[in-house]
Amino acid sequence: MFSAMLGEAWHAMGANRLRTFLTMLGMVIGVGAVVLMMAIGQGAEQAVKKSIQSMGSNLFIVLAGPPNMGGARSATGNAPSLNVKDATAMEDLEGVSNVAPINMGSAQVIYAGNNWNTSIIGTTPSYLDVRSWNLSDGYVFSDSDIRSATRVALIGKTVVQNLFGDDDPVGKTIRIKDSPFIILGVLDNKGQSLDGRDQDDTIIIPLTTSQRRVFGAQFSGSVRQIIVQADSDKVMPMVEDSLNSLLRQRHRIREGMDNDFSVRNLTALANSAAETTKTMSMLLGAIASVSLLVGGIGIMNIMLVSVTERTREIGIRMAIGARERDILMQFLLEAIVISIVGCLIGIGIGVGGALLVSHITQAPIVISSQSILTAFIVAASVGVFFGFYPARKAAQLNPIEALRFQ
Amino acid sequence: MPGHVIEVKSLYKDYQTAAGKFPVLKDVNLEIDAGDFVAIMGPSGSGKSTFMNILGCLDQPSKGDYMLNDQPVARLQGDKLAKVRNHTIGFVFQGFNLLARSSLLDNVALPLVYAGIDKDERHARARVLLEKVGLANHVNSHPNQISGGQQQRVAIARALVNRPSLILADEPTGNLDSKTSEEIMALFGELNREGITIVLVTHEPDIAEHASRQVRFLDGRIVEDIRTSPIAAQGASHV
Repeated sequence: MFSAMLGEAWHAMGANRLRTFLTMLGMVIGVGAVVLMMAIGQGAEQAVKKSIQSMGSNLFIVLAGPPNMGGARSATGNAPSLNVKDATAMEDLEGVSNVAPINMGSAQVIYAGNNWNTSIIGTTPSYLDVRSWNLSDGYVFSDSDIRSATRVALIGKTVVQNLFGDDDPVGKTIRIKDSPFIILGVLDNKGQSLDGRDQDDTIIIPLTTSQRRVFGAQFSGSVRQIIVQADSDKVMPMVEDSLNSLLRQRHRIREGMDNDFSVRNLTALANSAAETTKTMSMLLGAIASVSLLVGGIGIMNIMLVSVTERTREIGIRMAIGARERDILMQFLLEAIVISIVGCLIGIGIGVGGALLVSHITQAPIVISSQSILTAFIVAASVGVFFGFYPARKAAQLNPIEALRFQ
Repeated sequence: MPGHVIEVKSLYKDYQTAAGKFPVLKDVNLEIDAGDFVAIMGPSGSGKSTFMNILGCLDQPSKGDYMLNDQPVARLQGDKLAKVRNHTIGFVFQGFNLLARSSLLDNVALPLVYAGIDKDERHARARVLLEKVGLANHVNSHPNQISGGQQQRVAIARALVNRPSLILADEPTGNLDSKTSEEIMALFGELNREGITIVLVTHEPDIAEHASRQVRFLDGRIVEDIRTSPIAAQGASHV
């Protein structure tokens, strides 16, 4: 019964090919647009997510120096108001999982005949945990290297390329600001940061070594920033409060006085970036959905015409025993077949278009089975939704009048 | 013993018009036995078409009883009427009313689709009937490829495919020339001799001659009911 009806729907579509094609075209364009837009939108979303992940999750950055101070102001991070002991104290706060004090700057680095200017980060091993950064080769310096301020270094991929080319750098000695450093390990690729910096163009050395032998410290143990990682997204507001009160207490800042440090929520920044791309991709999807809607209305329009044209046929079918639901099903099936066939073609065009776009613009795209499935389900529902009214109209015809219809 | 295929008692049908109630059938009583061949005659507007629509379960009476095969069908609605049409009645129309896009085989088999019979049996039964009406060589043709007389034969085959107790033919020869009309009426006569009950609406006396009984309508009432020959076959032995 069902297969017979499906066959009839197919026949009916074949009876007026141009019209069927034009009706389908609305669906094809709608679904194609949705699939293409979702591919581009999700591609952008994924690119942002990837850079957020490379930054590390649930992070605060505590910078030395006040967010706001009268008179001449120096850049934040330059005042000597944070030190290693602040960092140690933060480790005991509730909800804090990792603390990494940082001293940084840039320096000329030399190996054999090559030299390169790169950023030097002096920190503790927990920095790698915070940034969820692994080594591709070698090993990380230890706490005892921190205590004795040994001249050891972990180097990023970009630095390896510029100083060593294809050579294995582990165990080699480079010179940073004329001091020799032994390379213990090579950092994994991390790619670009959210603001487009090359995160692999860096060298990590023990915090104490950077303070004593590379940049010096204005006061013993002072650091420029401290990165704090919270246990989870949920405790972030609590950790932010306790960081502020801990530092105000440690720095003996009285009630009503300004902070001599600032706490920034990096994750919030990243999330807002992610939020923006997500909104954009949803907007793209919504715009594309409008064309799907228009396609659906096209189907309804044609089905209404078709019901009127075939009134006599409906009358004949009723006279020989078709029930209301048989007629309803026949026209509904026709609408659904048109939408689904149109949808399949649309998916093909959408995927093809997305591949073409990514080929031409190098923009990242994501073609997820989920987005295709969604488009498919939506298209089928559009067929049912917009096919139902004409089909019901057909099913409720009076057989006598339908038979008399010329 | 053969019962009545049709038993109509004090049947009324009114149409609601802007001017008020308009009676079309007034107190119609009629019994038709199995195996009979009845011609229903009358001028336009006499109510014969409305009566046919009610007999065919396409319409419902306003008042009165209609027993079809001893089943009361006057108060049935929608899908139940559709089922009665599908199982117990075969229609033959003046305009043939075949589906232009379907082959003759599919046209004849269509009632079986709605009866829920599977494809192989549908086609087998349709083939047998096309052969019976002399169109075995046109199984895969389409209605526009054959003559009017042949189309009416296909329609008759379609009416027979569900083995109905009753065939209702509404001016079946109205669109045909006299020679073809004779052929179609001969086919009806043949079917009737095999035991099929036939009710035929016509306003041509020479077509009505083929029937065994003539019922004449005027102004919504039966004014004449003549038997011209005995019932051809006893009992409805189905095709």
